[in-house]
Amino acid sequence: MTDKTLPPVDAVVVGAGWAGCIMAKELCEAGLSVVMLERGGRRSTATDGAYPASLDELEGAVRYKLFQNLAHTTVTVRNRTDQQALPYRRLAAFLPGEGVGGAGLHWTGVHFRAMPQDLRLRSHITERYGRKFIPEGMALQDYGVTYEELEPFFDRAEKVFGTSGEAYSVGGKIVGKGNPFAPDRSDDFPLPPLRDVYTAHLFRKAAAEAGYNPYAMPAANASHPYTNPYGAQMGPCNFCGYCSDYACYMYAKASPNVNILPALRRHENFTLRTNAHVLKVLLDSTGKKATGVVYQDAEGNQITQPAGLVILAAFQFHNVHLMLLSGIGKPYDPHSNTGTVGRNFTYQNITNSTVLMPATRTTDQFIGSAGGVAVDDFNCDNFDHGPHGFIGGSPLWVNQAGVKPIAGAKGAMTNGARWGSDWKRQALDSYRHSFTINAQGSNMAYRDVYLDLDPTWKDAYGQPLLRMTFDWKDNDIRMNRYVVSKLDKVVKALGARDVHYGMRDPAKPFDVRDYQTTHLCGGAIMGEDPKTSALNRYLQSWDVPNVFVVGANAFPQGMGYNPTGLVAALAYWSAHHIRTQWLKGAGGPLVTP
Amino acid sequence: MMALHSLPPRTRRSLKRLLAGVACSLTLCSVAHTALAADPVPAPDAALVEKGRYVAAAADCAACHTAESGKPYAGNYAFTLPIGTLYASNITPDKTHGIGRWTEAEFVRAIREGIRPDGASLYPAMPYPSYARMTDEDLHALYLYFMHGVQPVAQAVKPNAIPWPLSVRFPLTLWRWMFAPTPQDARTATLHRPYPTAEQARGAYLVEGPGHCGACHTERGLAMQEKALTAQDGAAYLAGGKPVDGWTPPPLRGEALTGLQSWSKADIAAFLQTGRNMHGSAFGSMEPAVHHGTQSLTEADLLAMAAYLKTLPARVEQTPYKADPAATKALRSGGSLTAGQLLYLNNCAACHGSNGKGFPTVFPPLAGNPTVLTAQPDSVIHIILAGGTLRGTQGAPSAFTMPGFASRLTNVEIATVATFIRQAWGNTAPAVTDMEVNNLRKTLPHPTAQSLTPPPAP
Repeated sequence: MTDKTLPPVDAVVVGAGWAGCIMAKELCEAGLSVVMLERGGRRSTATDGAYPASLDELEGAVRYKLFQNLAHTTVTVRNRTDQQALPYRRLAAFLPGEGVGGAGLHWTGVHFRAMPQDLRLRSHITERYGRKFIPEGMALQDYGVTYEELEPFFDRAEKVFGTSGEAYSVGGKIVGKGNPFAPDRSDDFPLPPLRDVYTAHLFRKAAAEAGYNPYAMPAANASHPYTNPYGAQMGPCNFCGYCSDYACYMYAKASPNVNILPALRRHENFTLRTNAHVLKVLLDSTGKKATGVVYQDAEGNQITQPAGLVILAAFQFHNVHLMLLSGIGKPYDPHSNTGTVGRNFTYQNITNSTVLMPATRTTDQFIGSAGGVAVDDFNCDNFDHGPHGFIGGSPLWVNQAGVKPIAGAKGAMTNGARWGSDWKRQALDSYRHSFTINAQGSNMAYRDVYLDLDPTWKDAYGQPLLRMTFDWKDNDIRMNRYVVSKLDKVVKALGARDVHYGMRDPAKPFDVRDYQTTHLCGGAIMGEDPKTSALNRYLQSWDVPNVFVVGANAFPQGMGYNPTGLVAALAYWSAHHIRTQWLKGAGGPLVTP
Repeated sequence: MMALHSLPPRTRRSLKRLLAGVACSLTLCSVAHTALAADPVPAPDAALVEKGRYVAAAADCAACHTAESGKPYAGNYAFTLPIGTLYASNITPDKTHGIGRWTEAEFVRAIREGIRPDGASLYPAMPYPSYARMTDEDLHALYLYFMHGVQPVAQAVKPNAIPWPLSVRFPLTLWRWMFAPTPQDARTATLHRPYPTAEQARGAYLVEGPGHCGACHTERGLAMQEKALTAQDGAAYLAGGKPVDGWTPPPLRGEALTGLQSWSKADIAAFLQTGRNMHGSAFGSMEPAVHHGTQSLTEADLLAMAAYLKTLPARVEQTPYKADPAATKALRSGGSLTAGQLLYLNNCAACHGSNGKGFPTVFPPLAGNPTVLTAQPDSVIHIILAGGTLRGTQGAPSAFTMPGFASRLTNVEIATVATFIRQAWGNTAPAVTDMEVNNLRKTLPHPTAQSLTPPPAP
């Protein structure tokens, strides 16, 4: 092992997922020399999505080929502050990616913007329901950036991702049958929506009969061949269903690998280093300026990469972990309710209901895409929360992304049989005739739900693991149960043979063994007040102004929508202000507290 | 032969052809470095050096003189032949190992006439019968580029390993006398014929001269000489070559089925610029030609090449491709399928579609694609076995990879599905036999190994 210091570069970007690739591309365009560090290996469609060998459920979704190797580093988890946290040793509840493309390679491709109310939720709830509507212990906050400000960057991200969807209103005019609750857009989607699979078609009809407003889910799965503004090309989605957990062999699912890296690699001022695990951001003696990062390479050498600008663009909790390990910002203390790094850690509140259709309806669950049909009637603040006394909401949707045989067998809807001919008969019936409706809801932030460094457990690099303290709270449990109850009318209109409603059970704490989503949020949030946020509205650290922290870590609370569209828009937003303001100034704070 | 095929195809092909004719008496062109000349360095003119860089791209020098992951133009590219191994020359301006001591006159003579400064004949893997028609201006710029625009690399060329008597050199000189035109004649033939437009004149120069398209796309005679070097030499010119390394160079003339009749000027220019257009994507030996060469040319020059190619009439009358929906219907019927149809659905249809139209410019069409319809099936068999990657270009940065099926499909299965592809949707090409597949499979570097690269360890 040898330790060495490399020649300085203008910017170092930690992580080669969506956020990292967007930031690196923007900074290269601005003429900066950029080194991107990815702790995993190289990945591409050619190697990880080779057809037909890559269509392997065992390799992809059971053995988690594209996901983080928890043997090197992981998190510890507990429900309450009075418990001892234990390491998350087997992937289940959430699935962070690893390798070039990050989670952007294994995601499904559901590509939402954000609701305007979600971006200023504290202000919105206070205005509509009064300050007292926010329960004690709920740390509701605004992002500090509005939908109107982000709109050009949502639009940019959709054009880069080749997003398929149907608009409702563009430039103030109603143009189509999209989501009527969605905010106005400056332009249409770059591609028309994916076609409804059969189950989504059934849901669309039934939801309309129930009086709701069904719409085609926006998906970064190309409905047609597409060339994005970088010149990167996508093939068309053929509904094979190998989206989530796989590298799409059709080049149809947007990924950093397909949509950005082909153009990014052509910049001579760009360098990608893989198998480079960043250990910490280095600060100068004042602690107010980053001087670069130190990382460990595959041979165990510790390498110092000096840089004038540090972009943390790793996965949500890795960004928080790196800030805590580096001493950037004050760690959050739930007892005194002070400090910023680690606070407002949130998740997403999803439950799945299964509908069994009559034997005359074959649901073809094996096919799918990131598209589908959703209703937003109970998302965000699209309905009056006054009588219910909870905050938040949840879209309801059929987002059939291909149920493969192992998942179909494990998730079979049965009367309790778990083996034998009775189970086989029911599993077959279930696979042929059932489908799933998800309620993917918001998750609010709470004073005693947070991230900090674990006092006991260390990773393979000798550094303390990140500790999650997380549990479901009354507000979110009631929200979920209310929204799921609204499925009743849809199920009746479907003419279903049987239904199993998936609802949050108040007696059941958060359990890492059950898959939820990988939509972890917060921990290093953006905001307007340096006392309650780690980052300003440009995702710049309040404390170390040449560090920007880009990702879902910036969300003050979890929303019902999938986070990637907002992550991408925030990355373009942040990069725009780095390019137009920060680089032209003295490198100080973009917002004066 | 196995070792030969472990080389990238482009560098193999000229050698292999040559070999068949004159191999027994070849001498090796150990890289010329000569102590002759005085320092040739004239004052560098940046614009001229840049022009030279462009000429080097048009002449595709890098394809043979830059080794994989080697320094540009530093040579040592291995040509592994049954008679032994030889190495491409270092053409950087290094004074000891490269061409740094060559005068411009020596440089020009090597390129146009295939004669080294010491008087020895160059191996005609160097396409000097085509380069003979390059202009003084282009060669002057090219010389300045190699002297001032290329980094000298002090890398010795490995000694060739070819035993006597195969290393005797005089037959190369005989070959040169018999088949290579004098520079004067060559330039007269290409530059001083009448052209209806200046664009066609420019295109003829690029195609017949630096582009040396005929090296692959013109059939070779008994002594492996190109049967025609210009359009004036007759309809053999660019009428399609015999398969080399398992790739069949299609005609670049106006053949209705296998040639360029259905390609517009803009189609041809787009293909040369990006390696892809609505009719197909570059693969096999053409992919590196786009990568190292044509992608760097200006749109005007690419259109000129296209304009010239479009003047070449078909040598063979063919019935144009006419779409037939029968195969598409059968594939979509869900009914009982033939073995070929089933293999196609299970292995090919995801990307190329049940209608065979693909999704150009991402996944190329198979229906009506000239490279599918050539009489010789080598290209179709080869790409099914080995797959291929179309790298990103300046105009189209995305790379697309077709995986190889050598490890997944047997010879009979590949013959069956290739036959289906060549006879579906209105395609009319001869059937493929498992013997043909077997012969090609034997030439692959690892006949049974899959071509899929395993992903890197996390």
